[in-house]
Amino acid sequence: MLDSLDEAGLDELEARSIAIIREAYFTISPLCVLWSMGKDSTALLWLIRKAFLGDIPFPVVLLDTEMELDEVYTFRDELAAAWQLDLRNELCPPESETDATLPPNARAAARKTLGLRRLIEREGFRGIFAGIRRDEQATRAKERVFSPRGADGSWDLRSQPLELRDLYQSSLPHGAHMRIHPLLHWTEIDVWKYTQREKIPYVPLYLATNGLRYRSLGEKNITSPIASNAASIEALIAELQATNEPERAGRLMDRESEDSFERLRRSGYM
Amino acid sequence: MQQPQLRVVLAGDVDHGKSTLIGRLLYETGALPESRVQEIYAASERRGDIVEWSYALDALQSERDQAVTIDTTRVWLRTPTREIVLIDAPGHEQFLRNLATGGSDADLALMVIDAALGASAQTRRQLLLLDMLGIRSCIVAVNKMDAIEYDAERFHAVRTEITDALEQLGIEVVQIIPIAARLGANLAQSSPQLSWFQGPTLLDALIQYHAQDTAIPQARLYVQGSLRRDDKRMVLGQITSGTFHVGDRVTIAPTRERLRIAQISAWPQMSLSQADAPHSVEVLFEGNAYVDRGDLVTDADHPVLIGRNVRVRLAWFGQEAPQLHASYSLRIGTRTTSARITAIERSIDPLTFTNGENEAITGDIVEVRIQTGMPIAMDSGSNARNLNRIRLDAGTQGIAAGVILEMLPDGTSAKNIFPTRGAIPLAAREERVGHRGVVLWMTGLPSSGKSTIADRAAKALFARGRNVYVLDGDTVRGGLCSDLDFSAKGRAENLRRVSEVAKLFADAGFITLVAFISPYRRDRDAARGTIGDRFFEVYVNADLATCESRDPKGLYARARRGDLPGFTGVDDLYEIPLTPSMVIDTMHRDIDAAAVEFVEFIEQISRPNL
Repeated sequence: MLDSLDEAGLDELEARSIAIIREAYFTISPLCVLWSMGKDSTALLWLIRKAFLGDIPFPVVLLDTEMELDEVYTFRDELAAAWQLDLRNELCPPESETDATLPPNARAAARKTLGLRRLIEREGFRGIFAGIRRDEQATRAKERVFSPRGADGSWDLRSQPLELRDLYQSSLPHGAHMRIHPLLHWTEIDVWKYTQREKIPYVPLYLATNGLRYRSLGEKNITSPIASNAASIEALIAELQATNEPERAGRLMDRESEDSFERLRRSGYM
Repeated sequence: MQQPQLRVVLAGDVDHGKSTLIGRLLYETGALPESRVQEIYAASERRGDIVEWSYALDALQSERDQAVTIDTTRVWLRTPTREIVLIDAPGHEQFLRNLATGGSDADLALMVIDAALGASAQTRRQLLLLDMLGIRSCIVAVNKMDAIEYDAERFHAVRTEITDALEQLGIEVVQIIPIAARLGANLAQSSPQLSWFQGPTLLDALIQYHAQDTAIPQARLYVQGSLRRDDKRMVLGQITSGTFHVGDRVTIAPTRERLRIAQISAWPQMSLSQADAPHSVEVLFEGNAYVDRGDLVTDADHPVLIGRNVRVRLAWFGQEAPQLHASYSLRIGTRTTSARITAIERSIDPLTFTNGENEAITGDIVEVRIQTGMPIAMDSGSNARNLNRIRLDAGTQGIAAGVILEMLPDGTSAKNIFPTRGAIPLAAREERVGHRGVVLWMTGLPSSGKSTIADRAAKALFARGRNVYVLDGDTVRGGLCSDLDFSAKGRAENLRRVSEVAKLFADAGFITLVAFISPYRRDRDAARGTIGDRFFEVYVNADLATCESRDPKGLYARARRGDLPGFTGVDDLYEIPLTPSMVIDTMHRDIDAAAVEFVEFIEQISRPNL
């Protein structure tokens, strides 16, 4: 179902992402990649394999709240074995340790921020790959591909660096780290078309059973499925082309107050 | 017919209505979910505004509070025949950096101009910037026509003004369209009040836009790095333009080495017969060629210019004005090298596009001459602008975006000195001795094994009949540089003298092995700058613990006691080379084996007639 325009578009997206991944690898060390087990970060793992002749030459980190859906954990174990991932399952601190002024669902999400911060402190990672995209959420739309963070993980979005396509700046002041976003220029539909073309595995919950499917996978207590009959990737893409509902509509944490997602991201959320 | 995705950067002065235009365009094309439309109504109501479509874009609380877009954002517009990505770059004066960020990724500019105000200085400054980023075409939306009662005469006046400005810059004017963004007039649907206008709606203009064919014939790939696989050294990179085939003869810049492509792959497809732009690939060269990060692979039919002195045009974003002779770093392709400004030629006045009077401030466009530490490559030809884009950094801060205008002959920066080339041409010398004169700059911690390896390699090369000489730190310190201390300044002067001496040895046709700690990158870069493309950085790698445990001269012990202040590794910094031509590991490898490998490397790079 992909026409030649799609193929050329996916080729360009892929080539650029691989170039970004290699750029980070040859200029920043040590590195890790965050894997949430969702479609985006799984596609990211595949792109990293393509960048390095089939290997992922750094650890794959999973920030585990122990609250993911069961099918997601099954998928984790299968893919980790099939792709021989150097998987680090990082348990996140409890909700009681998060910022108490955040709305309740955002606090659940903030556990990952804390988990990530501890991991960076312990392992000294200087570069962290994350599979976020600009079209997911308006705050993410303002991101840079190479996005420097302060020592505490904070994002200073008022003084983001000059970033020129293909001339990425990857050097960092002491104590800071770099978030690297190789999928930033992709859309949700791009990811699904690519997943289909490359036959990348994905969690079956994305496809509809009994009239429901997950469009975005989050923790089970703060994510809800949407009404859908899309039981294949083709159907799912057709559904996305027709809708104007946002991808993260099922994520309660985004919508509690006008700025809850912005606050999460400023303090280091992905 | 389906059209390829179009990336459009929005430009325009603050308050000329860019964000309103995008918000309303989203609404008109049905891209806004009902929930978002409700949010916009609710947010407008909470603040007591009329419906403010720009809220659709201003994602951040602080943006809504100040009614100013803070940073570049993107929105996706889906039409039945084309996906359009709108890149919104804020128009506020101090945010030009973000326009450069957004504009560097666009196919086309959409300039929004307030009909009552016309093209402001800020508008013209933005056009200059976009021109430099390689934007060749522009659609102009003359906005707020409702505020001037859809006055056709005023529209034509603005149109003439902006057409002149764009023509001066050589930017193609695709369409100039009158609109009223707030009311949706002439965005997706034509408006009765604008019936005097014969052209398309803004959305149609975007959908119908065809980029001029900008395919660049020359094949180019900037090397990002390399990976070893089954004893093969695969070079990794993205093809910037053109096509490479297996069997092609290519030339590497800046070394001018000629190589043949043995294999092209894009895992998991390990054997491609050819690959073209924009693919990211792996390339294997015949022979044991040494090509690494920063090198440019070029097809043999379209050579590049190589040199260290260039004239560039820059959009300056630094807090401080450009400083003559200050140390910057320059990035082109995957090459990063030290750079200094040798002349500031002019700043460009945005109002007239002619020479400005004053010292450049942030957001200004300037033309300067730059001398780089390592030689860089430039493509000639008007279609090659994208291959000649550069970034300039001060420390870890990007401070300018620019483009190389011209490659200058070497030596133009040193006035009134006319170095003699000598009676005997370099090529004649090389022919006589049978190899090139080169400099192997061996850097590493004290006791890492630099002198030991250098001595063994020199013996082996001498035995093969090569002209070879070792410049050793201790020897030079005892004579030529006996007046210098070990402060940063003393070290820099020491290395400056050694670089000049090494260059003379290389000119004389010698393989020159320089075994110096040379702990600072800037000093090594300066040496590279002096010696040019015959300079090869070699990192002799052993960690501090290993070196300290060797300590044949007892120096570490003395430094630990405090007898040797400023001793590298103990109380002074050692900066590891970022892109050495070779790494010799003396920690895990046998010294003899390492020396043999080093000799092989030297034989390769000193082959004549490269």
